[in-house]
Amino acid sequence: MTLAARLDDAWLVVPLFNEATVIEGVVRRARHTFPHVVCVDDASTDDSAARAEAAGAVVVRHPFNLGQGAALQTGMRYVLEATDAAYLVTFDADGQHRVEDAASMVERARAEDLAVVFGSRFLDDRTRPGLLKKLVLKAAVFVTNQQTGMRLTDAHNGLRVLRRDAASALDLRQNRMAHATEIVLQLGRTGLPWAEHPVHVLYTDYSKAKGQSLINSVNILVDTLLK
Amino acid sequence: MLDQPLIKIVLLVAVVVVTAMLNRSTADSRHQAVRRLLLVGFVLLAAAAVLFPRLLTQVAQFLGVGRGADLLLYGLTVVFLGYVASSYRRMRHMEQQVTTLARELALRAAVHDTTEHPRASPPPPADG
Repeated sequence: MTLAARLDDAWLVVPLFNEATVIEGVVRRARHTFPHVVCVDDASTDDSAARAEAAGAVVVRHPFNLGQGAALQTGMRYVLEATDAAYLVTFDADGQHRVEDAASMVERARAEDLAVVFGSRFLDDRTRPGLLKKLVLKAAVFVTNQQTGMRLTDAHNGLRVLRRDAASALDLRQNRMAHATEIVLQLGRTGLPWAEHPVHVLYTDYSKAKGQSLINSVNILVDTLLK
Repeated sequence: MLDQPLIKIVLLVAVVVVTAMLNRSTADSRHQAVRRLLLVGFVLLAAAAVLFPRLLTQVAQFLGVGRGADLLLYGLTVVFLGYVASSYRRMRHMEQQVTTLARELALRAAVHDTTEHPRASPPPPADG
């Protein structure tokens, strides 16, 4: 699989909130491989939406901030209702995912007839989160596996490939960050074939500054436990 | 730890019930009826406590709590927890509704924008 191959039947779904400095570059780079991108602007206060549009993405605008989980659900609904895409790829707006990883995950889903491919940064040792971050992420994996009965190595990775049938089975009700566990739970219940795929997460200074603060993991945990 | 066992059991059971409420739907009409009956009971008890202050102390002593005022405080604590639990449920429910509404609006606007719509032409100039 080369970079030049274009994946016309896959749509990138990008939740977007205040990423004006990077979103245009992220979308432009992604569109070399994935010509179709939908950004869900979660009521950004900067010009993120306009930048994304300038880069050629379809932009769906939330009237006010609802959270990343809600934005993902909106993006998936858009792709399912307005396009005939075969695959949906959830992709972060801050540029921490690599387009090559996304492309090879779609190829793998196609080749192995998988409905879901989860990206995992812990299947190999390319990704190096800090020690504390790693502890929290591993704890998240533990909680997710306990709740869902699935055995994943990485739970809160925003890079996932969903076949159309898998995406239409989702109904995310966790508006904020706890949706990551909810996605795994709902996909696990469908019984559709899934796999994990090693990906490399780029911890740039930008994504580190924007990323989930560790204290917010308390919120995620509570949201996950209280439904 | 083991003194006043009765009141401790009562209060702990109440806390467990409140926690269970957090994980159960309270939206249907049966729950609403139960809530209203509890409210009526609360009003009656409050009236009784005002009219017969001795009663409260007697109940408190039966439960192993020294004074009626203490019992009142414990009771209020539990009731407040229950209130927190039920309003959390209701907030979550409302959040869902608002999200659905906002999503439908956003999708409608987006689909409307991506389908080609000719810009409405200005009204023709009036004749004469």
